[in-house]
Amino acid sequence: MEFRPDLIIPELYQLLLIGALFIQGIADRPWMPRVGKWLSWCAGVGILISAGSLDLNGLIFVGSYRVDTLSQFFKFAVSFGFAVAVLNATRQPTLEKEKHCEYFMFMALSAWGLMILSSCVELISIYLALELASFSLFPLVPLRSGEKGAAEAAVKYVFFGAAATAIGLFGFSLILASQHTTYLIDFMQKPWAWSEAPMAVAGLTLFLCGMLFKLALFPFHFWAPDVYEGASNETVAYISTMPKLGAVVVLIRLSMLLKPGLEITTILALLAAVSITYGNLAALIQTDVKRLLGYSTIAHAGYVMVGLTAGTTEGVAAAAFYSFIYVIMNFACFWVICRIATDGRNLKLDDLNGLYKRAPGLALVLAVGAMALVGLPPTAGFMGKLFLLTAAWNHSYNWLVVIAAANIAISIYYYLNLVRHAYTKEAPESTPTAVPYPFFSLLWGGLLAALLILFGILPGLVFKALPPSL
Amino acid sequence: MEGLDLPVLSILIFFPAAACVGLFFMRSAQVVRVFTFAVFALEFIFAFPLLRFRLNTPGFQFVERIPWVEGWGLEYYLGIDGIGILMLGLTLFIFPLCVLCSWSAIATRVKEFHFCLLFLCSACVGLFSALDLLLFYLFWEATLIPVYLIIAVWGGSERQYASLKFIVYTLAGSALLLVGIIAFRIEGGTFSIPELMGRDYPFGFQIWTFLVMALAFAVKVPMFPFHTWLPDAYAEAPTAGSVVLAAVLAKMGVYGFLRLSLPLAPLASQYLAPMMIAFSIASVLYGGLMALGQSNIKKIIAYSSVSHMGFVTLGIFLFSMRGFQGALFQMVSHGITTGALFMLAGALYERSRSYEVRENSGLGKYLPAFMGFWGFMAFAGFAFPGTNNFVGEFLVLVGAFESNIWIGALVVPGAVLAAAYMLRPTQKMAWGEPCNVMEWKDLNVREWAYLLPLAFIVLYIGLAPTLFFKVMNPTLNNLLEMFKP
Repeated sequence: MEFRPDLIIPELYQLLLIGALFIQGIADRPWMPRVGKWLSWCAGVGILISAGSLDLNGLIFVGSYRVDTLSQFFKFAVSFGFAVAVLNATRQPTLEKEKHCEYFMFMALSAWGLMILSSCVELISIYLALELASFSLFPLVPLRSGEKGAAEAAVKYVFFGAAATAIGLFGFSLILASQHTTYLIDFMQKPWAWSEAPMAVAGLTLFLCGMLFKLALFPFHFWAPDVYEGASNETVAYISTMPKLGAVVVLIRLSMLLKPGLEITTILALLAAVSITYGNLAALIQTDVKRLLGYSTIAHAGYVMVGLTAGTTEGVAAAAFYSFIYVIMNFACFWVICRIATDGRNLKLDDLNGLYKRAPGLALVLAVGAMALVGLPPTAGFMGKLFLLTAAWNHSYNWLVVIAAANIAISIYYYLNLVRHAYTKEAPESTPTAVPYPFFSLLWGGLLAALLILFGILPGLVFKALPPSL
Repeated sequence: MEGLDLPVLSILIFFPAAACVGLFFMRSAQVVRVFTFAVFALEFIFAFPLLRFRLNTPGFQFVERIPWVEGWGLEYYLGIDGIGILMLGLTLFIFPLCVLCSWSAIATRVKEFHFCLLFLCSACVGLFSALDLLLFYLFWEATLIPVYLIIAVWGGSERQYASLKFIVYTLAGSALLLVGIIAFRIEGGTFSIPELMGRDYPFGFQIWTFLVMALAFAVKVPMFPFHTWLPDAYAEAPTAGSVVLAAVLAKMGVYGFLRLSLPLAPLASQYLAPMMIAFSIASVLYGGLMALGQSNIKKIIAYSSVSHMGFVTLGIFLFSMRGFQGALFQMVSHGITTGALFMLAGALYERSRSYEVRENSGLGKYLPAFMGFWGFMAFAGFAFPGTNNFVGEFLVLVGAFESNIWIGALVVPGAVLAAAYMLRPTQKMAWGEPCNVMEWKDLNVREWAYLLPLAFIVLYIGLAPTLFFKVMNPTLNNLLEMFKP
């Protein structure tokens, strides 16, 4: 098992970006090019590199680092999301100029952590990658000038994150004590039923808490709406999408253990059901757009879990597909929010009024994004939900499928609210009429919306990169 | 399929959706209207190859089948039979008229309005030709957003409330339909409707899938007691919205019963038929009584819709040839006459800015042509012999009496009520005291242009229904075979 650097080209490239950002951050030269400009291009190249390495396969670093279709797919998703997040944040109004480098460096570092996480097949490395991804996010939250709420949000995020980590670590120790290994591959041979290995089950449950915190699944969701409200729009666009990918990939790796019928799977199914219902019900009454999307995140975390509880390759493929699609649809919505909030404030639903007149293109992007989040055809959100529910049917959690489907009807109300305000209400006279950078905002927003429709009509394009045999 | 080179159904589905793109490049409202009308007219012409539809063949024709998402069993599978082609014809016939009837009524955001209409047309055509369960569901849900926007943006004063109620109601109805579809996929191993038909599913499975499907379809039809969204949505929608809702979307529900519920869950359909018949009779009587009590013209038509659709569902769940035929006739006829009545109400609103009967009374002298059409359509609405509705309603009644004299006896008052609720406003509108002095202008050329074809069809179906029997009989016979003991 020799070291093969060609297997980790996307990670190396991302590390290169981080290094460049670091150097630019400590340097003090007036002629330095604007960081947002070159980084957007380089992040774009990163997508191509990840796409080029989709077919790689191998096992390195003493068997703890697995490069396979699953990990490469998620690396691709991460680099795609990173590029969109960078583009989205380049024109951030609430970030001082001198902090741009650091901001993007931490963001890149977090994305790097997620990339590594998607390849880890050993508990210690999973833990390290996870912490890399989370710790780099903590400094991003308070970077919002002139907003006291941001500091509060950051404190909440750190405390919640630290507590979740501590619990996860404790669970990790229990697993190690009872199963005597940290390799996921060896876990397969071990019993995971309460009657046979109670300590391991308790440990795994606690370890999962760390993941569920990232995923914002009920009951680890409390931070989500508050942090979303406090952090800047651009930061939230990143936090609400990307860490989910990391959590999902680890859960997918662990899902081999989560056979239907085991206590731990039942717990997860239960949490998923509560999460979906709670998230949707709480979102109904929100008037702050970011809080609304925060609760929607909680609901969507539950949807992804539906696929994972199936314990089949279809379920895993569906969950991977859905989390990728979720990144696109959430970014589409946040793209519009960030473009409209020209001064970086938190948007209320009423701020969307009359958007169809002010920015017809953005209104359409928002409509497509919201309809994808509901799960209406012909968007990719529909296909994602369909695959999740199909995969989970007849795997002993049919009630979960019914609850998940019934929740689509609840969620239409608040997602439709976004569309309703944008399309059917008139803006007051005082609202500024134009959105700055119309070409820039329309081009990339339109691209996200087009992707949502494209993957809705031809979901096979994504599944090609994601064979169900894992 | 023999000599079939063109994928006719695909063209019909994608042509309006593709034409949407053209709207982006247009500025003038008038150009948009002409363009959309031209697209729908072309769409109608593109449907001419469907005239090669072979009578006396029960199976699906014009079939197109391409694998879509491999590994998940999704297929792009289209085809029509005797039921589908009638619904398709109705859809293609109604949409161009919708453009005409909103020519002057829709003055704001004209482009978006026609965008919605084109998109909606694609979805409706797709729905009536889909033979893949999932494709069916996809088109089913795809109709929601355009209709929502049509009501919410161009509707009356209560449009926000009405549109939200509409979409939440329908989505709540159809959310569980998805679970049912998935269950069929797992149980039957495919999404293809023809292959799923005629298998022996366990009785319990049939019961719950039937109930799930029935909920979705009953909300859309709508059947009593799931009808409460209807008066608001129908009354608040702009004219074209009401027309499409009544003429096409309501048919989607019944079509769902015929295409999915009956063939896929035959045992449950028969077992639960008494419940469905009871709901249907309740719809007929309740809709009629409510219509009698309304003073708003659009609400009268809306409640009359509930009543008429009650006849349709009743016909279906009688499980007799007469019942089936009557139901299909009533579906087409209701689409034509109710659509026409809504268009007339819209034309009236453009003149008096009111839907109230008392503010539109005494028109016989000022608007003779309008009242002529109104009277004619109102007569058709209560199934006067010689009009299209008569054929359908009569057949359903015959079927009802054949199956059980009490069912027949219970729906006859519904037919009588229809005469009462249609004649009462007609009498006031024609000969009542003219309430306010204003300049009444009779129908213009555009209005003649969309009313005349409707009137022609009303008489044609009413007087010479044979062609329609020929189209539908083989399919209905086939369907009925499944229920022969």
